[in-house]
Amino acid sequence: MRREEYIDLYRTMVRIRVFEETVRRYHIAGKAPGLVHLCTGQEAVPAGFISVLRPDDFITIYHRGHGHCIAKGSSLEALLGELLHRRGGVNLGRAGEPHLCDPATNNIGSTGIVGGSVPLAAGAALAAQLRGTDQVSVSFFGDGVLNQGVMFEVLNMAAIWSLPVVFVCEDNRYGEFTESATVTAGERYQDRGAVFGIPSDTLDGMDVLAVCEAAESAVGRARRGEGPSFLVFETYRFTGHHVSDQQEYKDSEEIRAWKARDPIPNYARWLAEKGHMDDAAIARIHSEIDDEVEAAAKVADSMPHPGPEDLGTHVFA
Amino acid sequence: MQQTERQISLKAAVIEAIAEEFRRDPETFYIGEDVGVAEGIFKQTQGLHAEFGDRRVIDTPISEAGMFGLTVGAAVAGMRPIVEIMFSDFLTLVMDQLVNHAAKIHYLSGGGFRVPLVLRTAIGVGGVLGSTHSQTLYAWPAHVPGLKLAAPSTPADAKGLMTAAIRDDNPVLYFEDRMTYNLKGPVPEGEHIVELGVADIKRKGSDVTLIAFSRMVHVALEAADALAAKGISAEVVDPRSIVPLDTETLIDSVARTGRAVVIDGGHELYGIGAEVAATVAEGAFDYLDAPVMRIGAPHNPVPCSKPLEAMMVPSADQVVAKVERMYG
Ligand SMILES: Cc1ncc(C[n+]2csc(CCOP(=O)(O)OP(=O)(O)O)c2C)c(N)n1
Ligand SMILES: [Mg+2]
Repeated sequence: MRREEYIDLYRTMVRIRVFEETVRRYHIAGKAPGLVHLCTGQEAVPAGFISVLRPDDFITIYHRGHGHCIAKGSSLEALLGELLHRRGGVNLGRAGEPHLCDPATNNIGSTGIVGGSVPLAAGAALAAQLRGTDQVSVSFFGDGVLNQGVMFEVLNMAAIWSLPVVFVCEDNRYGEFTESATVTAGERYQDRGAVFGIPSDTLDGMDVLAVCEAAESAVGRARRGEGPSFLVFETYRFTGHHVSDQQEYKDSEEIRAWKARDPIPNYARWLAEKGHMDDAAIARIHSEIDDEVEAAAKVADSMPHPGPEDLGTHVFA
Repeated sequence: MQQTERQISLKAAVIEAIAEEFRRDPETFYIGEDVGVAEGIFKQTQGLHAEFGDRRVIDTPISEAGMFGLTVGAAVAGMRPIVEIMFSDFLTLVMDQLVNHAAKIHYLSGGGFRVPLVLRTAIGVGGVLGSTHSQTLYAWPAHVPGLKLAAPSTPADAKGLMTAAIRDDNPVLYFEDRMTYNLKGPVPEGEHIVELGVADIKRKGSDVTLIAFSRMVHVALEAADALAAKGISAEVVDPRSIVPLDTETLIDSVARTGRAVVIDGGHELYGIGAEVAATVAEGAFDYLDAPVMRIGAPHNPVPCSKPLEAMMVPSADQVVAKVERMYG
C-alpha cells in the first residue's frame, strides 16, 4: 500500500467515528428518532474491507451500517439527511436507518430484517456472473445471522455456483442484549462457511490492516472467478445495541479489554511508528474531519422534511 | 386469403412469451426447481433449456427463500429474472424476501433501485395434490404495496400478460391455474402484450356482471350460458390483473347491469373477491338493484378425498343459484 492509502484508511475510520457521534447527538436531541445503531468500535471492518472494493462492486449491509455507507462513498450530507428523515436524504427520508441504501454507490443496503440482505448480495453476484462482468459483491452482517436459515441456503448456492460474493460476519459477541455464544452452536463460527466447502477464516476485526489483507485475498478470489469466501471478523461495539441501551448485560472487564484494542488509536500508533504521520498530522486529520462532518450536519439539518406529496411516490416504478 | 387462427395451449402460450422475450432481451433468465433439463413438473418450461442453455435456465436447490432472495438481488442489480415457485402454497417460504424486500426496495430506496422480476407460480385445485399443493394464495401478496399480480384465463391473455410482466419494472406475481394448462385457444404470433390493469369483457350482457379471475372465468362463462337459457343476460368481466385492478371497467359494467357476482378460486373469507365486491359496491352504489355477491372456496383446507376436493372449486351451478337469488 502507498502512504496515502494508509492515511486514507485512517481518515475513513475517524470519519465513521465522528459521524456516529454526530448521529448520537442528533438522536438525543430528538432529530433522528427511532432505533439508531452505531458501529463505534467496529470501524476497522467497513473501512478496511471496503477500501479494496471498486465503485462498481456491490455491497449489502445491515442495521449497523452507517460505516459501510461512508466507506463506500456516500455523501455525508445525504446520509445524515436520511438519518434525520429529510427529503434530501439518500433515500428521500423514507428509509431511515432500517432500510438505508445508496443506489449511487451500488450499496444495496440494509432491510431491517436480520439476515434479509444476505441473499440480495448473492443475487447481485449472480447477476455479475451471468453478465460476465468481474464485479464482486460483499454481504456484511452481524453474528445474529449465523442462526438464520436463509444464510445456509445462500451459502449453498454461492458454493455450487461459485458466485463472486464474500460473506463478512462482524462478530461483536452480542445480538441485541444476548451473548451470541449462548445461542450459537458449534466450535467456530467460520465452520458455517467451511461445511459448504467455502474457504473460511476468523480474523482480528480490530486491526484494520488485517482486515485489508483478508479482504484483498477474498475479493481477489471472487474477482478471478474462484468463488465465495466466508470471513468472521472478531470485533466489539463500544456503545449500546442502540443509543439508549445502557449495556448492563456486559462485563466491565470485558469492556476494558476490548477498549484497549480500539482500532483507531492503535492504528494511529502504528502509522506514527512507521513514520507515515506524526502527532501533528494526526491531530490535523481529526480537526479536518470534525469540520467536514459538522458542515455536513448543518446542511442535513437544514433540509426540509418530506411532505404529504412524497408519501405515495415510488410505490411502483 | 384469410389466415386460420392458430390454437395453442395456455402452457404453450406462456412458454412462447418467455422464449420471445428471452430472444429479445439478454438480461432475462429463468430460475427455479426442476425447470432446466427436466422442463418443469408440468412441462411448463418445455424447450427453454434446450434453446437457451444453463446460463439462462437455471436449476436451483430446494431453497425457496434463498433462491427467491437471490433473484431479488439480481433484479436490483438490473437483470430481469423469471423465478418459478412451483405452487403458490410455497409462497409461505418466500414471504420475507417478497414482502419485506422485493416489494419495498424501490420505495425505500427513494426510487433509485428497481426490482424487475416475475414470480411465476401455480394455483388451483384438482388432481388430488392435497392441501399444501392446491391453494390459491394470491390474496396475501395482493395486500402488500409494491407488488403487481396477474392471473390469466385464456392462452392469448397468458401470453400477453407474461410479456407485459417481463417488461414491467416492478415485481410481478404471475398466477397460472394448473388446471388450465392444456386449455387451447387462439394466440397471436409474435409480440403480443396485455397491459397489466386492463380488464377484458369476455362476454357482453345486460342483466348481471360476473367478475371472475383465472380459471373461474370459464366457470362464469358456463354460468352465463345457463343463465341465458333462463332469460338472464350475464356479462363476464375478467380483470386479468389483480393489482393493478381495472376498477373503471368493473364499475362501468356493474353500473350498466345493476347486479354483480364476484367469483374467485381462493378462499372466500378475506379474499380478493371481498376487495372487488367492496370496490364495485362503492363505485356503482347508485346503480345497484341487489347486493354485490361473492363466491369463493369454502373456509377449510383442501382435502384429498375426490368428492370433497371437488367442493373446493366454485361451480357454474353455484353462480346461477346466486344470480337467481338476486331476482328472489
Ligand atoms: C428477522 C429479525 N428478527 C429480529 C430482529 C430484531 N433485531 C434487530 S437487531 C437484532 C440483533 C442482531 O444481532 P447481530 O446480527 O449480531 O447484529 P448486531 O446488532 O450485534 O450488530 C435483532 C434481534 C430483526 N430486525 N429481524
Ligand atoms: Mg452482534
